[in-house]
Amino acid sequence: MCKNKTGIGDTLKWVIFLSAFWIILLLMNTVPPKDSFFHLTDFNLNTAGKYMAYAILALGIDLLWGYTGILSLGQGIFFGLGAYCMGMYLMLSIGGEGAYQSDLPDFMVWNQVQELPFFWKPFESFAFSMLGIVLVPALCAFVFGFLTFRSRIKGVYFSIITQALALTVWLLFNQNSMNLGGTNGLTDFKSILNFPLSDISTQRMLFVVTGICLVLAFILCRYITQSRLGKVLIAIRDNEGRIRFSGYSASQYKLFVFVISAVLAGIAGALYVPQVGIITPGQIGVLPSIEMIVWVAVGGRGTLIGAILGAIGVNWARSFLTSNYPDLWLYFLGALFVGVVLYFPKGMWEVSGRIKNLFSRRAKKQPVIVN
Amino acid sequence: MIQASRVGLHLVLSALFAALFFPNQVRAQAFAQMPLATPLDQLILMLADEDRDVVEKAFFDLGKSGDENLLPTLEALREGSLYLWTKPKGERRVVIGRELIVRGAVEGYEVLEAYGAAPMIGPDGAPLFLPEAALESIRLSRRLRIKIGPLLDRLRLFSPEAEVRESAATKVGLSGDPDALPLLSKALAKEKDRWVRFALTEAIGLIRLSDEDPAVRKAAAETLGKIHAMDSVPTLEARIEADDTGVSPETDVAVKAAVSEAIQKIKAWEVWTRTVETIFSGISLSSILLLVALGLAITFGLMGVINMAHGELMMLGAYTTYMIQEFFVAYLPSDIRDVYFILAIPFAFAVAALFGYLLEKSIIKRLYGRPLETLLATWGISLILQQGVRQIFGAANVDVASPAWLSGGVRLAAGIQLPYNRIFIIFLSLSAVFSVYMLVLRSSIGLKIRAVTQNRRMSACMGITTERVDALTFALGAGLAGMAGAGLTLIGNVGPDLGQNYIVDSFLVVVTGGVGKLAGTVGAAFGIGGLNKLMEPGFGAIYAKVFILLIVILFLQKRPSGLFPAKGRSIDL
Amino acid sequence: MSEEKKENLSDAFEETAPSGIDRRKFLKLSGAGALGIAASGLMGGLAFSNTAQAGDKKGPIKIGVLHSLSGTMAISEVSLRDVVLMAVEEINAKGGVMGRKLEPVVVDPASNWDLFAEKAKELLLKEKVAVTFGCWTSVSRKSVLPVYEKNNGLLFYPVQYEGEECSRNVFYTGAAVNQQAVPAVEYLMSRDGGEYKKFYLLGTDYVYPRTTNKILRAMLLAKGVPAKNIKEEYTPFHHQDYQTIVQKLKAFSRGGGACVISTINGDSNVPFYKEFANQGLTSGDVPIMAFSVAEDELRGMDTSALVGHLAAWNYFQSVKTPQNKKFVAAFKAYCEKNKLPGGKDRVTDDPIEAAYFGVYLWKQAVEKAKTTDVDAVRKAAYGQEFLAPGGKVKLDDRNHHTHKPVLIGEILKNGQFDVIWKSKGLVKPEPWSEYTSPDKGCDWVDHKGTYKKV
Repeated sequence: MCKNKTGIGDTLKWVIFLSAFWIILLLMNTVPPKDSFFHLTDFNLNTAGKYMAYAILALGIDLLWGYTGILSLGQGIFFGLGAYCMGMYLMLSIGGEGAYQSDLPDFMVWNQVQELPFFWKPFESFAFSMLGIVLVPALCAFVFGFLTFRSRIKGVYFSIITQALALTVWLLFNQNSMNLGGTNGLTDFKSILNFPLSDISTQRMLFVVTGICLVLAFILCRYITQSRLGKVLIAIRDNEGRIRFSGYSASQYKLFVFVISAVLAGIAGALYVPQVGIITPGQIGVLPSIEMIVWVAVGGRGTLIGAILGAIGVNWARSFLTSNYPDLWLYFLGALFVGVVLYFPKGMWEVSGRIKNLFSRRAKKQPVIVN
Repeated sequence: MIQASRVGLHLVLSALFAALFFPNQVRAQAFAQMPLATPLDQLILMLADEDRDVVEKAFFDLGKSGDENLLPTLEALREGSLYLWTKPKGERRVVIGRELIVRGAVEGYEVLEAYGAAPMIGPDGAPLFLPEAALESIRLSRRLRIKIGPLLDRLRLFSPEAEVRESAATKVGLSGDPDALPLLSKALAKEKDRWVRFALTEAIGLIRLSDEDPAVRKAAAETLGKIHAMDSVPTLEARIEADDTGVSPETDVAVKAAVSEAIQKIKAWEVWTRTVETIFSGISLSSILLLVALGLAITFGLMGVINMAHGELMMLGAYTTYMIQEFFVAYLPSDIRDVYFILAIPFAFAVAALFGYLLEKSIIKRLYGRPLETLLATWGISLILQQGVRQIFGAANVDVASPAWLSGGVRLAAGIQLPYNRIFIIFLSLSAVFSVYMLVLRSSIGLKIRAVTQNRRMSACMGITTERVDALTFALGAGLAGMAGAGLTLIGNVGPDLGQNYIVDSFLVVVTGGVGKLAGTVGAAFGIGGLNKLMEPGFGAIYAKVFILLIVILFLQKRPSGLFPAKGRSIDL
Repeated sequence: MSEEKKENLSDAFEETAPSGIDRRKFLKLSGAGALGIAASGLMGGLAFSNTAQAGDKKGPIKIGVLHSLSGTMAISEVSLRDVVLMAVEEINAKGGVMGRKLEPVVVDPASNWDLFAEKAKELLLKEKVAVTFGCWTSVSRKSVLPVYEKNNGLLFYPVQYEGEECSRNVFYTGAAVNQQAVPAVEYLMSRDGGEYKKFYLLGTDYVYPRTTNKILRAMLLAKGVPAKNIKEEYTPFHHQDYQTIVQKLKAFSRGGGACVISTINGDSNVPFYKEFANQGLTSGDVPIMAFSVAEDELRGMDTSALVGHLAAWNYFQSVKTPQNKKFVAAFKAYCEKNKLPGGKDRVTDDPIEAAYFGVYLWKQAVEKAKTTDVDAVRKAAYGQEFLAPGGKVKLDDRNHHTHKPVLIGEILKNGQFDVIWKSKGLVKPEPWSEYTSPDKGCDWVDHKGTYKKV
């Protein structure tokens, strides 16, 4: 828990832990021989990379929900925006190698689009695309957040409006006339910066980039929560009225956190796309957005590490269960949420905290999370 | 049909057939009765002959007979359900087969007489059942299949079913064949049904538009305009439309004027019908939104539970309807089967309410005051419910048949038909709102519900068992969801995903209306539904929806607590 | 991650903790260590389960089944899983393939297109399946396509689709547009079909309807239908409210001679047909020709509103062949025996048949190639013939698609189809339509897939 520790040492410890986590995985993939017990297959490395991208998004949600008490059911939008920015760049770098051998992306050919739409053009540049990954979600979050926080839409209202927004954006992205690939989304990418995506070395490189981004995102969130700003955020969560009366402009703080979490979601989306190889509106809609919340709820909100572990754990469980118990996995997922909410309101991370407290017999009163 | 008119009809039809197939030779003696060389039974049997020429002759001779008892025969011939039955003794007979059924291990048909379509009775007194092996399907050649269409349309003008007569009249009219005129007039003279009369008048008008006499043409155009015959617009337009050389088929100036006037009249009428249709569909959509949001207005609006399983409670209601239908089909005689739907509504309410009660007792009650956590827990429940239903009933949708009395619609005027099922839903949702209003605002339990939701501790002090009230309130909301589910079976699918389609909409309605306000929910439902239908013709379904969502978001900017905000100083949750 | 595991590990660290170190700090570290180890263990566990090899010449042959068992597509795809497993059971009962049993690996991509890609990777890389039978929607196929091409896997795709694809690693056992939509519209234009002159192309907004309608529009224009008599409209997935569209359709059909070409998908069909009937339109006046409504979907629909409307497929359950009788009975018996929902009331339809004979085509190819090696099987598959339930089918010699008959059926009250038209013989598949891509062909023997015709 980050409530009492402000030391850089503590942060460092977790940074080392996180870095060790992915570096070990990478080593397991590269060093041991293929038939060794410790060998991690390329497929599993790739999957782990995907989970880590999700973890970055979970950090943003935790910052927003766990620390500031704002439950956004539209994080899938920002994830999607980042992912589509990346996807558009990757689409354009396919060039004439697609099924139709046209310079235009394949879906535009079957959609009878003759010319590259204007908003696609900048994404031919890698630098612009990278910028877009950060700026597009940030800008959207800013505009939406500005409108909503200003008029003090909050709590459940905010959640439901973001949910409606997720539905809207999902509908829009599904439209073929949007020229973003419709339901099929963007897929069949060939290379990134001329490195072929099908090469394992490229995948490892992406894994490393994801790992580094995760650690950086963690440091950023850690820094925010440990600073005075972080205290204001927690105060907003616990009693927004009081913070307003104390002379703080709560809406500006909320806006700031909302934008940060959107940016983290966008980056996560951008890292997700080249590793998975497809982005569709399916990732934007209402259901995926709720699932993202669930990762954080299961892992433990208000604890950054909990969010990361929740994202990785739930997704791993999903991969595992959909392969091994295809008929039962929804029961498990459903029961997990009900169970967590009823018995571990602060997530699985709380379990380890409780155990530790049990052993150290120095149980401290935890701050109560109030929505 | 009465016996006396049969002879006349005979005459007309035989003339018609003669005209159709032997135009040159026979037209002169158009109304003279053709004596039949061979009895009808013989002719029908000849249809099964292997010799093409014999079949063709029989076909035309049957046509010439002009007997409306041959309508089922010819229909069956067209559908391919006319069979040759060779009895064990070698005797051959032509019969009409009904649906293929399996009796014991044998596939076969219950059969009807080829002439008159009376059910045939077997030696055991039951309907005669013939195995498939004993029957040989009589198929028409492609040439005859094409000829049979217009022939049937004319016979169908005298079908016992009004719908068939109407459709046939329109088709005959659109064919523009002047030979059909006497037949149409004949049919019109004894037609009682308003809409068949309309179609017949239209058909006659359409045919007369190409009459030789300008006065007749003018009169026809005027009639068509007067009755607002929308199906005739393309024909009317074709009359006055100039071709490449600048010449239009209609040369007479007065007729031209009459035709354009008729077109204008009809088009003005069309605008009016479209307005009525739009208004109706707006009301219909609104009532659906209201119905699905009403339960949520209670669980979420009054109790503050973000019930993501609301949609699944609707699904439970829909599946209850399905179960009751299945029960009726399995255990009760078929003539009262359509009553099931009336029974299904309270049952759906009860099942969903019971489930909601248990849900509240086991899970929700531990989560009061933590609305966002109810969201997570109820979402988990919704996943479990969906998968549960999928495993019990299968992933595929199930078939809930709308009762016959809710199929079709009421015809207000030419071109306007309001579906019964939508009218029913409008009534259902309005009566649900009324009941909830009476219950919550006008009854003692309602008083308790309001007391508990406004101030739990105070209510407890006043001796209200708050826990019981909570559970009952949640059960009420759940029950309303179940009832909505039963209503939705009339217009959509019943499947495990049923609830997902409505969940966001229903939340939006409640939030826009203002949490905790029934009037707000009603207002928001009608606002959103009406706006949606107003925009849909222009923007298309998707952008209409997108704009609605944006409008709602902007609206909440102005009024963050919805249409009718709860009064009081604290609006914090 | 199991709670217990962590507890045990913390416990162990607790007992051996040296007294000099700050206890809490150590606990934190140990917790982190435990998590790290547990996480690695999990990943290792994934890695560990990775030992089965399909290359093993004696053991069973693993085959993948990649159909959504949950989520929105489960409604259609579950039946395909069932029939593939039935085919496997049949084959195994007769001694398997080359004396080896088939071992199906069933995974659930949960109607999530991204998960399709992940599951495909898992099947190919971890389970090392010899072949996969799977996918329904175009997007799911497009999602797994790069995976199969990159890893040289083999996918049998059993659903009618929009064409314009020619992958080396996919065999398409469903219809291409020229084997379903084009003949169906030609039928409606013919004298037999009713000589319809106005066409309302109504579909769900995704690649299959868009591409199909693009081809149909080109074809209609080429056949002299004026552009004003063709109307195209799309609705989003799960669209429920068809009031406005049916009103438009009513206006369009005034004056007669109009028909609807429907590529509406899934759960939007019932609301559409119901609204259509309730607003007073009938199949006699304005028939709807559908390409995505089959018996399995009709099972869950109130068919009263659909009776008399048309559908085009390559197979109907009502097809009267001896092998179909057996197939239908076997499928019903299989569902009943395994207590699958629906039991003996289950029906077969075109994709189910295509999924079924896909397994047999693959089996024949393997037996001809005498190995499950993908390249050898692919070569052996060219030209394979099989007496499918609906009649003989044949894999093309070069283009990975299937020669099939085309049938048009009229919907009956009982959810079955009355076949009213049948093509003469098998129709050759054309992945690239002659109307929109006359310059393109698909050939994996003399060319590398899609090539330019001269």
